[in-house]
Amino acid sequence: MQIYLPIAELPVDVFFIVLMGMAVGFISGMFGIGGGFLLTPLLIFVGIPPAVAVATQAPQIVATSTTGAIAYWRKRAVDFKLGMVLLTGGLTGTFLGVAFFNQMRRIGQLDTVISLSYLTLLGLVGSFVLIESLNAIIAARRGRAKPTRRGGQHSWYEGLPFKMRFPRSGLYISVIPVLIVSLAIGFAGAVLGIGGGFILVPALIYIFRVRTAVVVGTSLFQILLTMIAATLLHAISSHTVDIYLALLLMGGSVFGAQFGARTGAAIKAEHFRFLLGALVLIVAVRFGVELMGQPKEMFSVTATETVR
Amino acid sequence: MMQIILRIIAGLTCLLAINASAQAENLIISLSADMVEIRSNFTGAQIALFGAIQPDQGATARRRYDVVATTRGPRGSVTIWQKQKFGPFWLNLDQRKMIAIPSFASVLSSRPVADILPEKERANLRVGLDQIVPEQTSGRDANLPAFREGLVRLRSRQGLFEENASAFRFLSPNLFQATIPVLATAPIGKYDVDVKVFSDGALVASAGKSFTIEKGGAEQFIWKAALDHSLLYGLVMVFISLIVGWTASVIFRRD
Repeated sequence: MQIYLPIAELPVDVFFIVLMGMAVGFISGMFGIGGGFLLTPLLIFVGIPPAVAVATQAPQIVATSTTGAIAYWRKRAVDFKLGMVLLTGGLTGTFLGVAFFNQMRRIGQLDTVISLSYLTLLGLVGSFVLIESLNAIIAARRGRAKPTRRGGQHSWYEGLPFKMRFPRSGLYISVIPVLIVSLAIGFAGAVLGIGGGFILVPALIYIFRVRTAVVVGTSLFQILLTMIAATLLHAISSHTVDIYLALLLMGGSVFGAQFGARTGAAIKAEHFRFLLGALVLIVAVRFGVELMGQPKEMFSVTATETVR
Repeated sequence: MMQIILRIIAGLTCLLAINASAQAENLIISLSADMVEIRSNFTGAQIALFGAIQPDQGATARRRYDVVATTRGPRGSVTIWQKQKFGPFWLNLDQRKMIAIPSFASVLSSRPVADILPEKERANLRVGLDQIVPEQTSGRDANLPAFREGLVRLRSRQGLFEENASAFRFLSPNLFQATIPVLATAPIGKYDVDVKVFSDGALVASAGKSFTIEKGGAEQFIWKAALDHSLLYGLVMVFISLIVGWTASVIFRRD
């Protein structure tokens, strides 16, 4: 069954889009990430204009992360205080990101920026998580599980000024690195149509050493609020949020996310991280091939202005 | 559909009778629709084109006519990017901006346009898909063939530019019919149909008509809302997303 998308201005197959939402929702529920870094490229691949794909991704992430955030909130596994600090940085980043997004769209380099950023971001995060989790798996095999956090051991950035206490996460650190990281994630989120969960989760675990129990819940809380802001900003400034497309996607993904969350709960922590790293890296490789391989078509066209 | 066709044919025959005393070779055309409305089930449209040629008063022997119908969608400016190697990457580094490029173009003819008239004439009259991109007057190397050809190739691959050299069916030597295919991805706006009739490589008659593609009902409403009431549109979108997420969590609540 085909349905015409009023903003993207093309017809799509309803079941195909719902199925795609479901598959990405499954992965998103499993890892506590928005799944935008998978869905945005998929949408572009099936012919949705990049600007619409990126902007429509935001409300879709709002829907999936609401479900997740409620579940973790019931389990009291959300650090609201840390979430609010992350949000401050995240919103600033989103605001800057949407402005940058529109500027790049104007000068016609949006596709290149999206591809290059995906490659760099996913490549770095994916390799890092993969290597770390492999080490952890090997260490666990040898029976020498490394303690994730030793009391009294701090990195230099934790000691910067403006220290704050986050009891639920078991943290007492400077807010400066927290703000910087969340700003970068908010920026990337708005430009790439990603919630940034796949960066935020490892960042909370490795950089700030937040208690694993509250990582996913806090990350989802911050993603939810950041993506609400991104939806509004994209709607106002680029008018490219397609409500039909968003509804189809969230119809699939909220259900996929439920099954994903159950599967995720049954996996060992280091295996979980290994899978996440591998997944991120696969997407990065795909972008790398696209950017570095000899292109079949040397030309591309962007319509700058059409007189209706 | 059949009814419409019959009505059009009847109308055309009428017009022919009225114009019988005119001296010039006359061409009358008609389209099966002057407005295509996009609804949620829109997957493209077919527009029937009918034409009647009224031969010269003095002409005794029936000439053979060639017909070319060019449909141009809303025009706009485009940027064509060329990928170049930059370190290990292929990036869009070279670019040309072109103006007055139709977003949709279809060239329908009764036989290959190259056989109907020579290239120089075609360029003058702008007949043929290779003549769709108008001569660009500003910018460095504005008319570099690689960019023009790249544009036509890309648009053709998307189905937005197309050429069909066996599109016409002659119902009688002077009465012809063709179908203009409009893709689902064709942009909304005004479409101009220009029909030219040739005989022995000379233009003998021409006529024009136009139709519009518009979004209808809900599609139009949503599109307008997104443009004119963007904050409200965004708020509604967020609200719906929250409701969907909350509903799912209620459905799946296990306690």
